[in-house]
Amino acid sequence: MKLTVQYFALYRERTGVRYEAFDLKEGSLVSDMIKNIRTRHPNLAPENVDILVAVNDEYAEKDQPLSSGDSVALIPPVSGGG
Amino acid sequence: MILLTQDPLNPRSITSEVTRDRNGAIITFLGNTRRLNGDKEVLFLEYEVYEPMALKELEKIKRAAIDKWGDVDIAIAHRFGRLEIEDTSLVVAIGSQHRREGFDVCNFIVNRIKETVPIWKKEVFADGSIWVGCQSHKHSLSALHPQN
Repeated sequence: MKLTVQYFALYRERTGVRYEAFDLKEGSLVSDMIKNIRTRHPNLAPENVDILVAVNDEYAEKDQPLSSGDSVALIPPVSGGG
Repeated sequence: MILLTQDPLNPRSITSEVTRDRNGAIITFLGNTRRLNGDKEVLFLEYEVYEPMALKELEKIKRAAIDKWGDVDIAIAHRFGRLEIEDTSLVVAIGSQHRREGFDVCNFIVNRIKETVPIWKKEVFADGSIWVGCQSHKHSLSALHPQN
């Protein structure tokens, strides 16, 4: 299944892109997506860092299944608010 | 009212959104950009936002406050893009019957914004820059849903 991943802030700078396409096996979970992203971008974040993911603009758990066409975003630590 | 914009914020007009005859207390919080981070001088700041999700998260925060405190009027505006020192990046305006719940609601909303809303602040110095909050880079989903 085909998915688009969006990167912001620190992750956008580390990957060098804002959007990226991935092709995953049917039935893949958020955790599988993260593994794929980490393989493609080994310098994204240290192994012990829990990378937060949003699916279709909502925070997602790691065991959430993905569907073709989902909009996935990696969310680095937020720092808005002034 | 919930607003994300690259334009300068107008606290007076945002506050007028919560000024109603039922409200005896009007509280306006301004988050301004600071010149110093520790002893380092900040030249300017850049805010990045994931707009559709940020709007949803701000709406959730507003709803959570109304669920908890009842009849309060809430306006939230966050600026993004490049901001200079002393610019206002955040305006939260609360209209409530009495001041106590107004201050509580305002505090609750600003705290939640800093925890869950996908907005990122970059401080730019003469010799580099940092994404604020990413230094330790340790965060988890459970940390996003603290107890009230």
